[in-house]
Amino acid sequence: MSTEARWAGILRWIFFGIVVRFVVLIVLGLNVRHRERLPQKGPAILAANHNSHLDTLVLMSLLPLRVLGRLRPVAAMDYFFRNRWLAWFATHVIGVVPIKRQRSTPDEDLLAPVAEALERGDIVIFFPEGSRGEPERLAEFKSGIARLAGRFPQVPVTPVFMHGLGKALPRGEWLLVPFFVDVFIGEPLTWNGDRRAYLNEFKCAIERLAAEGHFPPWE
Amino acid sequence: MTWLALEPPVQAVLVGILAVLIVAEVVVWTLRRRNPGKSHQELVDRLRSWWVIFFIFVLAIGLSRTVAIVFFAFLSFLALKEYLSLIPTRRADRRVLFWAYLTIPAQYYWVYDGWYNMFLVFVPVWAFLLIAARMVLVGETREFLRAAGTLHWGLMMMVFAISHLAYLLVLPTHVGDTSAGPGLLVFVVLLTQLNDVAQYVWGKSLGRRRIVPTVSPGKTVAGFVGGVLTTVALSMLLAPLLTPLSRAESIAAGLIIGVGGFLGDVTISALKRDLGVKDSGSLIPGHGGILDRIDSLTFTAPLFFHYMKFFHY
Repeated sequence: MSTEARWAGILRWIFFGIVVRFVVLIVLGLNVRHRERLPQKGPAILAANHNSHLDTLVLMSLLPLRVLGRLRPVAAMDYFFRNRWLAWFATHVIGVVPIKRQRSTPDEDLLAPVAEALERGDIVIFFPEGSRGEPERLAEFKSGIARLAGRFPQVPVTPVFMHGLGKALPRGEWLLVPFFVDVFIGEPLTWNGDRRAYLNEFKCAIERLAAEGHFPPWE
Repeated sequence: MTWLALEPPVQAVLVGILAVLIVAEVVVWTLRRRNPGKSHQELVDRLRSWWVIFFIFVLAIGLSRTVAIVFFAFLSFLALKEYLSLIPTRRADRRVLFWAYLTIPAQYYWVYDGWYNMFLVFVPVWAFLLIAARMVLVGETREFLRAAGTLHWGLMMMVFAISHLAYLLVLPTHVGDTSAGPGLLVFVVLLTQLNDVAQYVWGKSLGRRRIVPTVSPGKTVAGFVGGVLTTVALSMLLAPLLTPLSRAESIAAGLIIGVGGFLGDVTISALKRDLGVKDSGSLIPGHGGILDRIDSLTFTAPLFFHYMKFFHY
């Protein structure tokens, strides 16, 4: 193992074991429902709604530290690879799977890096909305999640609905304001043979989870 | 016996609570054996949470005064966070809410410092004015009054009222008096929690006439009266151990805690009913959120504190 990789490993452990857990459990505070539905091992996909940078960190803190090495959040290359430092941190400490959001050739396979991670047996964290968007509003789910499910019909996709992080740290803000965060975990979905029907099923699953909670207005 | 930084009478009362918890554990165990078909999960969760609360509380007040003050500051933080997560808030006020959180370290610093005047006026005067001013700087006038009003109500309940528990620890000690500080704190917290339990038990066993039907349909007149009388009796029993109160004063203290505890409980019930939620959160298994547990204390802490301050300190 290279010195850089060893340091990255130590940093990763300190970051997730101490910093992230302190922020997520003490500063914020989680209300997790149906924790038993989380995948115990890879390959698996966690698919959640996206409001904040903290989404990834909260999802990663739900699983025990011993699977930390297997957790791979999918992240937009154009955003996280803007500069060297961010790119190094995203790759070595967070462990992201970088993907491009735009094809450069018509038949480019944008999901290839995600497919590789699943083939290795990783637990992939995926945000089907594709971007954080407006805080605490669900955007349209893109077809990526259905494509992945179709390519890996044996891999369970666990839908997760989160509320509160868009209030705590929305897009474009740097100041973290504490709020309790609701994390509702759904039953794993299985591939039903059709992309459009699958996407619809996923959307219904997220909406059912959202309907379980009480969310005060945030206007 | 020298464990923790607590006086012998306070230690004796804590051992007493430990004995009560062990008895409760035996009762629940018997219930489960006698009636294995029925689910006792909520009762079991509730009792387990009482154990956790007891040990955290003993550590918080037993290690040192500073630890205790930090503990109550953290309790205020949890309560305010739960409140702000529960009520409607305005996106425009995100930074104002951050300022609201900053009142917690300030308020508990005044406690630590024993700066009584600042402790009294900081939230009702300074935070009241400055937070409204900060909101005006944001410039959003839609729902301004509701936002300013709800935010300040939360600060009064979760920061100002709860901080009175911590200030009990910094009251001056009388010569030869071994009971000040932690004794008063254990007295008001223990009686408030027992009052909750007593009102519930009395209401369940012989309550019929509802006392506040629109706010809390489960509460009855018999529950209220029985609870207050039980609390007065417990106050007369415990006051000589934990406080400098005379016999007559301990009756009044029991009445204040009994009635105040009831009012705090139904006030938070009214808040939850207004918001359409059953529990304020899910932090404490079997109890609900932090507000569900400290609801009565939001009234009893300041009422008991100012009663003590007026007559004894």
